[in-house]
Amino acid sequence: MSDYLLELDGVFKRYPVKTGGEKTILNNIDLRVRAGEFISVVGPSGCGKSTMLRMILGSEQPSEGSLRIDGEPIDGPSRERGIVFQKYSLFPHLTVLENIIFGLDLEEFGLLSRWLRTPGYRKHRRESAVTAQEYLERMQLAGAGEKYPHELSGGMRQRVAIAQAAIMEPRILLMDEPFGALDDSTRQEMQLFMLELWERFKMTVFFVTHDLEEALFLGSRVLVLSQYYESDDGSEGAKIVTDKAPPGGHPRPVESKYTAEFGELLGQIRRNGLDPAVRQHVKDFDLSHRDA
Amino acid sequence: MNFFRINAKPGKITGILLSASLFLLAILGYAYTSHVRHQENPQDKVVPTFQAMGEGFYRTAFEEDRKGDLRLLIDTIASGKRFLISIALMGIAVLIGLHMGVLPYFEALLLRFVTFFDKIPALALLPILFIIFGLGELSKIALIVIGVFPTIILDTYLRAKAVPREQITKGLTLGASDLEVAYNIVLPQIMPGVLDTIRLNFKAIILFLIAGESLSATVGLGYRIFVVRRYIAMDIIIPYVIWMSVLAFLADLAVRQFIRWRYHWQFEEA
Repeated sequence: MSDYLLELDGVFKRYPVKTGGEKTILNNIDLRVRAGEFISVVGPSGCGKSTMLRMILGSEQPSEGSLRIDGEPIDGPSRERGIVFQKYSLFPHLTVLENIIFGLDLEEFGLLSRWLRTPGYRKHRRESAVTAQEYLERMQLAGAGEKYPHELSGGMRQRVAIAQAAIMEPRILLMDEPFGALDDSTRQEMQLFMLELWERFKMTVFFVTHDLEEALFLGSRVLVLSQYYESDDGSEGAKIVTDKAPPGGHPRPVESKYTAEFGELLGQIRRNGLDPAVRQHVKDFDLSHRDA
Repeated sequence: MNFFRINAKPGKITGILLSASLFLLAILGYAYTSHVRHQENPQDKVVPTFQAMGEGFYRTAFEEDRKGDLRLLIDTIASGKRFLISIALMGIAVLIGLHMGVLPYFEALLLRFVTFFDKIPALALLPILFIIFGLGELSKIALIVIGVFPTIILDTYLRAKAVPREQITKGLTLGASDLEVAYNIVLPQIMPGVLDTIRLNFKAIILFLIAGESLSATVGLGYRIFVVRRYIAMDIIIPYVIWMSVLAFLADLAVRQFIRWRYHWQFEEA
């Protein structure tokens, strides 16, 4: 048994292009993640950070290399990996409570016994409803159980989506720019909320964002993925150009965002990782994380 | 001129009057034509008076014919039965479309075939159906099914395809099996749209029903109007046409109300 929850070995992703040939999006990604980490991934647009997340999710396959979770190869989306998307995470035809209960409801009982509403199934459903209600309260959604997703604000919707995924207690929770469509104050609220959840449930989170400040504030380990770098063999496609634990422990108080240290790191990554004009050489990458 | 203003807001009474005006105009136009023709020829059968149509409708509805049948009743039951059986069979079309939209192997197997099948003019197949299935109920229902089935399959397929991929992935991460994704996530979401399509196809179903009945039947609303046509019995044909329209309208209304009641989550979409 490996020490790592998630392992990526020499992962490449290439897409065919119209003019013929292929374009490499992700170039030889190696990554080892321990259980309980809050990984945040940031990078310029087009760097393939969402592609990487979808490969871990299992909805996309690597062109080369392997991905393993608890030592098992990843084969399609399954319930040990939860997901929160920016949009379409919730089922529009179900109420908030039904959305949260959805996964538990499917456990153990097949289509037929659910359809026939057998006594065993009813009991199971009552128990799931109690668990779901607990989650609603923790998520500060206690009064919203009977509402439909379209009646909720963007922030509430994402809280429901997080509850819906978290109630299944996945080995890893994947989040694809979950707060990207929210206004600034809701976004900050949700960041704090996310850290609280992470502390309470000891979750492993893989959080993709295009907002560097968000990535540095949330992550216990920050990965910067970029296609803008220089190498001696002229290889193309994004690599991990920064892999480090932001200073000052984790989770961090909100004030940490305004410290000089935080600002300095922000500036440094923005320059080296996100600016297309600055091309760092492969050997200068800051891969200081102990698992890098 | 308010008629050509986008921002115009007709008041409640104006709205009702406008809606009613064309109905009134049609009725008045008919009454006038009938009146003029009856002045020229009191025996005129082509544009019967309202009184004559009322009597004709009364005769078919409440007086037994030579065989002792209430014609309107048995016709309505016979046609209604054919209509309902056809609608029930559309359920199978919905399931086929759903599977095609969710499962790639079903799609590969069926899409081209159904798309081609959809283009066959069903009415042109009617002689073939009569030869194969005989003149009984089967060929009439087969005509309806062949005419409308592919449309319903393709519509359901397209709707199932349009459900965001994220929803399917999400379902799988919550432990749903492939069929649970199809039946618990995709089907309930597309159901209101599918019902709408079935509702809009009522017209096609009735069209095929009347075509089938007009050529081979012993009872049915479509059969009756083609039989009494021989005697130019407009006093029966016109009430029958109105009766069929009212039934179709009520069936349509019932489905619309059902959608509003059952799928209220899709309204007031943000």
